[in-house]
Amino acid sequence: MGKKHLALVFLAILAVTFPVFVESNYYRHLVIIALMWVVVGSAWNLLAGYTGQVSFGHAMFFGIGAYTAGILVTKLEMSAWWGMLFGGIIAMLIGLFVGWVCFRLRGPYFALATLAGGEIFRLIATNWEDLTDGMVGILIIQTYTSKILYYYIALALSTLCILVIYLVMKSKWGYYFVSIREDQDAAASLGINTTLYKNVSLMISSFFTGTAGAFYMNYMAFIDPHVVFSLHYISIMAILVGIVGGVATAMGPAVGAFIMVGLQETFRSAFFGVAPAWTSEAHALVFGLLVIFVILFLPNGIVGDWSKIKRNVFRIKATN
Amino acid sequence: MALLELKNLTKTFGGLKAVNNVTFHVNEGEIMGLIGPNGSGKTTIFNCINQYYTLTSGDIFFKGTSIKRLKTHTICHMGVGRTFQVVKPLSRMTVLDNVTASAFCRVNSIKEARNAALQILEFCSLADQKDKLAKSLPIGGRKRLEIARALATKPELILLDETAAGLTPSELDVAIELIKKMRDSGITILIVEHIMKVIMTISDRIHAINFGQTIAEGTPHEVANNPAVIEAYLGEAYAQC
Repeated sequence: MGKKHLALVFLAILAVTFPVFVESNYYRHLVIIALMWVVVGSAWNLLAGYTGQVSFGHAMFFGIGAYTAGILVTKLEMSAWWGMLFGGIIAMLIGLFVGWVCFRLRGPYFALATLAGGEIFRLIATNWEDLTDGMVGILIIQTYTSKILYYYIALALSTLCILVIYLVMKSKWGYYFVSIREDQDAAASLGINTTLYKNVSLMISSFFTGTAGAFYMNYMAFIDPHVVFSLHYISIMAILVGIVGGVATAMGPAVGAFIMVGLQETFRSAFFGVAPAWTSEAHALVFGLLVIFVILFLPNGIVGDWSKIKRNVFRIKATN
Repeated sequence: MALLELKNLTKTFGGLKAVNNVTFHVNEGEIMGLIGPNGSGKTTIFNCINQYYTLTSGDIFFKGTSIKRLKTHTICHMGVGRTFQVVKPLSRMTVLDNVTASAFCRVNSIKEARNAALQILEFCSLADQKDKLAKSLPIGGRKRLEIARALATKPELILLDETAAGLTPSELDVAIELIKKMRDSGITILIVEHIMKVIMTISDRIHAINFGQTIAEGTPHEVANNPAVIEAYLGEAYAQC
């Protein structure tokens, strides 16, 4: 077995036995959230990194998934777990509509349109109180509270997501997505139905993002429009996870998810209680600086530019 | 019946008539040249054939069927291939992957696409570079890759847009050989070119335009001696010689 395979096996063993070794609910929570971001980040990466359609509105799909799960409870008196199935499907269907509107636009205009889309859905959720209870949000009673269960669900979902995206990118669809990203007009001239395939990419992306949203509803037991349709907490975070980890790589978003969640928590907790209180507000500043750093020095993210990182880190070590 | 027929093709952008009432046809199996000074509308004509631009008026027929309301990718499936002036390969993928991506136009499995791509790379003398990243190819290789990508869609008619621009003399000879090879394998070619050596040696017929309008059509010899063509390229003084 090659080094890479051994590493993956080791990682798999670590992942499966994690809750056994780590009993602190605090750290379990962080890892569960990180795994959720692996899903959202990978889904965003499929549409933005691989297909070149940079969405600033992935909160749309996350929130739709979360609210699907929540509304199944409040209006249809079903278990929120059904949301794990329907959340993704509803997000996917709405994704088709969003695509129909937004794919007429390209580049920064597409980004702006998706940003507007995210905000529109946030406003709908805030104001359509009959359906969503508005700013009051949705609170559900969990049937299971053990973090171990949620951990394994998140682990399964993130593994499935990465696997599906990996297989898709190796297939005809993968070639078509990249062709569209590089030059949409040349792609059309080579017989690629660019509208169709952009929508296929969007459907896969929105399905997984919506499912992650439904998971969030089940796990956190409380959602409101301010959080799940948030431009800052969801849409931008998805972009950061993708960029920092590495766009257009299979494992980039996974790495990015753990880094961003770790960073976010480090600041929120004021360096775990060590730093002065004002640092808990500084995470937005640090995120911004991080993005600038990545764009300037590591445009392909940590995974994409790993060889560059190795070179420079070793060079610094050598001069010491 | 001509393979490709342009009838009274007109394309305006606002007040500007980029292409004005152009009519010509391309017969199956021939190499047709389209020449004209910079800005005369040649690439616009290609973009209209391809339906990247919609026509303002007139019609375009491919194998007798009007294609002016079809989508670009549908036209490719019908058998019209095209290269672009500014080549844009999938730079972070290998040469082989670049052509494989286009081969999916005609086949569905990865294995078939890859095999088809390998054959095309052989044809274009790029087989030895199949595992190189597209961005590492020099301009000559990239232009050939551009042609290879178009060939993978198995076109009956191929539109070549300035494929010889920027090539060294020896690369030019290779390009000319490749174009002849394509014609010999049964592909009809409509080629836009500035480099006279290329277009005069390989074209069966030439259509010359200036300011979006036809100024001459005929064999290379006829067109080269046409006063209007000389005037367009070299100015009035030369036309009167």
